Amino acid sequence: MFRSLLSPFRQTTGIARWLLLTGVFITAVFVVCALFAPWVAPLDFNQRYVDGVKLPKQDPPSGEFWFGTNDQFFDVFSRVVWGARTALVVVGLSVLFSVVIGVVLGLISGFIGGWLDRLLVFLMDTLYAFPSLLLAIVFSFLLRDLLGGSVVAVAFALTVIYIPQYFRVVRNTTVSAREATYVEAARAIGARNHTIIGRYLFGNVIQSVPVIGTLNAADAIATLAGLGFLGLGIQPNEAAEWGYDVSRALDDMGAGIWWTAFFPGMAIVLLVAGLTLVGEGLNETVNPVLRKRRLMPVDMPANEPSSYLAEGDAAALGAGAPDPRFREDEPLRPEHEHRRREDESR
Amino acid sequence: MSARSGSLPRYVVQRLLLVIPTIWLIVTMVFILLRVAPGDPVSAAVGGKLDEAALDARRAALGLDRPLIVQYLEYLGDVATLNFGQTISDNRQLIDIVVENGGATLTLTLGAFIFALLVGIPLGLVAGRYRDSAGDVVIRIFGVVTYAAPVFFVGLLMQLWVASPLGWPTSDIASPITKFEVEPVTHILLLDAVIGGNWDAAWDVFQHHVLPCVTLGLLLCGVFIRLVRVNVLQTLKGDYVEAARARGIAEKHVIRRHAFRNALVPVVTVVGLMVALTLSGAVLTERTFNWPGLGTQLYQYLIARDYAAVQGLVTFFAVVVVLVSLLIDIVNALIDPRVRY
Amino acid sequence: MTELYDGPDAMRPGSDLVIDAQDLRVWYGSERGPVKAVDRVSFELRKGEILGLVGESGCGKSTLGRGLLGLLPEGAKMDGHLRFKGEDLLALPKKEMFAKRGTELGMIFQEPLTRLNPLMRISEHFEETLKTHERGISKAEVERRSLEVLRVMGIPPTRYRSYPHEFSGGMRQRLMIALALVLRPAFVVADEPTTALDVLVEAQIIRILHDLRREFDTSLLLITHNLGIIAEACDRVAVMYAGEIVEIGDARDVFSAPQHPYTRELLRSTISLSTTGLNFIPGAPPNLVAPPSGCHFHPRCPDAMNVCAARHPVERTHPNGTRAQCWAADLRDGMASDLTSEETASLPREEISVADEA
Repeated sequence: MFRSLLSPFRQTTGIARWLLLTGVFITAVFVVCALFAPWVAPLDFNQRYVDGVKLPKQDPPSGEFWFGTNDQFFDVFSRVVWGARTALVVVGLSVLFSVVIGVVLGLISGFIGGWLDRLLVFLMDTLYAFPSLLLAIVFSFLLRDLLGGSVVAVAFALTVIYIPQYFRVVRNTTVSAREATYVEAARAIGARNHTIIGRYLFGNVIQSVPVIGTLNAADAIATLAGLGFLGLGIQPNEAAEWGYDVSRALDDMGAGIWWTAFFPGMAIVLLVAGLTLVGEGLNETVNPVLRKRRLMPVDMPANEPSSYLAEGDAAALGAGAPDPRFREDEPLRPEHEHRRREDESR
Repeated sequence: MSARSGSLPRYVVQRLLLVIPTIWLIVTMVFILLRVAPGDPVSAAVGGKLDEAALDARRAALGLDRPLIVQYLEYLGDVATLNFGQTISDNRQLIDIVVENGGATLTLTLGAFIFALLVGIPLGLVAGRYRDSAGDVVIRIFGVVTYAAPVFFVGLLMQLWVASPLGWPTSDIASPITKFEVEPVTHILLLDAVIGGNWDAAWDVFQHHVLPCVTLGLLLCGVFIRLVRVNVLQTLKGDYVEAARARGIAEKHVIRRHAFRNALVPVVTVVGLMVALTLSGAVLTERTFNWPGLGTQLYQYLIARDYAAVQGLVTFFAVVVVLVSLLIDIVNALIDPRVRY
Repeated sequence: MTELYDGPDAMRPGSDLVIDAQDLRVWYGSERGPVKAVDRVSFELRKGEILGLVGESGCGKSTLGRGLLGLLPEGAKMDGHLRFKGEDLLALPKKEMFAKRGTELGMIFQEPLTRLNPLMRISEHFEETLKTHERGISKAEVERRSLEVLRVMGIPPTRYRSYPHEFSGGMRQRLMIALALVLRPAFVVADEPTTALDVLVEAQIIRILHDLRREFDTSLLLITHNLGIIAEACDRVAVMYAGEIVEIGDARDVFSAPQHPYTRELLRSTISLSTTGLNFIPGAPPNLVAPPSGCHFHPRCPDAMNVCAARHPVERTHPNGTRAQCWAADLRDGMASDLTSEETASLPREEISVADEA
């Protein structure tokens, strides 16, 4: 199992490998921030006072506050770090829900078939074509009243957007498995249903899930930030969120206060880019069409003269003897001509 | 197999017929989602401002006191006649909102698309052709970053680093003077300025368009680059490419005619998918640049918690996506002879 | 239909060799070492002759075919001597090689379904090919020549402006052949042209290929794993194993009296109506990175002797005119007098276990 995890790293070459590694590195940095936020961030995400002293407002970056402070007296660096946790938790939850729901629905739809399948496919295709941000807006609008602006609520809002992709992949694999020749062949040699599902179907599906998952995660973070920017995402008192911070910093720009928007914004760019690089890197490995084989140099030792000319022949050839490759005496195969004439007369 | 190509008209009709259930589904979905919420639209929108009796009167006026199923059917009928309803908070007809503000969104999205096509496609072709070269890496990173950078952030940076130093406009679609001078004919400001022969105004509007269109365009650019690049890589490995080389067709010609052209055909399909992305991006871009389009309207009605307005606008957006996809499919059928079968 | 008679003048043996290949090697790089896909292959092809190249999958025949036209993928290295009508092909600059492809060298590929650009009409394919090599040619002339070659292939002129997906597999292969031949190349490589087609269509295609020499004066290298095709259509045959040609000679001679054990076993494994038991060659094709020592076939050879594992056999011409590289054959025809009795003793062999085969 480990080997299959490592295979993308071993099989990619040159550039693809570098891009993949860069993506992994960037993502890892954010994951660390998210996991160890309480230790990485000097302050809490909504902390205005340190030892009873209020933070300065909109202070530029300094030795004390690496990314400066914003108009709400918060430390921007801490907000960025805590924001990482928010982003990864929300996105992680939503991708998880999407995968579970999408896979289950896909399996059911694929197996049962019939009108249920057609209906679900139609529904999923429509959902897939829907603008993702608008869908998220509608759902968060809806869930606000039900669940408030908490992390879980927003995660739910994002879930729906990504279900169709997993549904599609799983459903298509299931459907094609019903008729695929390799499944037929497997059945012919006596493989049981769970073997077929486990070894053949699952293997096919499991290859594309990491790629879809990472790219979904990247999109989800961007959508989450979009929601936050519009004021529909995480409530400010629930957790730090980068998009929200940027929206509050819009007016600062005119006054020359760049750090309140720049750092949260860059955080979004970096994390989404990192995840996208990972997803694309995996895609290049998994997708055989895109894969590029490593080119190894070829060492050819000197080519010795052809072995057919044994010593005797070589000398004779030099002396003008007939070329032993051809038999001078015979005209070209009269038997063949006979055969052809026979063909014609048939 | 017949000797003639498959019929285009039949394909168009098939697709048209598919559009109707799709739109129905969207309208239904949006309706259900927004009505499922507890509480009712009226109190959400204007609850604090009016007393109970007035609220009831409002509800009755909007037909909100009738059974849900009746409201639903009536809504379906309305949508079919392009009546997307009425806002609760300020009693405007949604169709009017669409007409007045749609033009701004239209020019923004079209401009962004044109930019993305002009920049993204050539970059994608180059990246695919010269795989793993320095240029390819730079282009790919550029594509990833432009896709990763949220539209509002890019817009912000644009305003800060490009517009301010150059003295370009950073918000709104035109200066107040222009808006005052130009007669609304089509409600598309740029077009109206040209129709009215007011070239100064037209130039002013155009200038205001540059930054927002480039901002949104960069986002789309990223998608195009990645997509085109992958397609080129795939077509270059194609069997017919090898066969063409075997016939002695020059490499440059092989790249252009076989690889590039065939790589671009799927792009048309993807453009259809990108309409959705463009609209999402437009909403954010409009907010960033204070752009008087439908995105800003949506935002304002979101803040006002006006369900009816949100419902109407979202439905409208979705219908636009469906119709544009239909158009794209037809274009695709024109280009790719295989599709008509 | 003209009388099928090629006068003796048309093919005087020894005159104008179209292809003269000596010691060709095509090696690929890999992590485990160079893959010797083609390792010292020599053959010659005369004008209007059809040479069949037969062997198991993975023996290197496709690589050889592609290498002759210079269509090897990146990372493959080729050397040796290759002369086309006296001209050294390996020393040719790229541009000239491109000029030769299509006009003098042609290739017919295996899977006809994917070899035509789906977005281009057939007419556009022909225009592209003809205009590349004959700059000033008029559209009318292009159409005339294309229709002529299509007529020979049995494709009606009404289909000239159709798209590839409107044709069946067999017709597409005929289109491919027409495209390859429209400029009358002197040498054509056909790489398993009928493997992807059903038997009836196959018969038609082979017929067309066989008649090429009459219609177009083409020399053909017909690559296949199907011995029946060879017997039906080819003048001479070369049997390839593990990147080497182990036997080459007149098709009838080779089939009636095969010199090399591999050829013999291949012939015995073919199935006909009179087959009562299944014959197969035990073992699997060898690893091309580190092939067996001495004669590459010795682990699977029923006639293997001690010398076969120690020394690589020398290629010799046998009394019936066939060239083969095999110690046992040499011994049989009295050409291996210098071998000791110890060397000619049978090779003791372990049972090839089932695991090895897999």
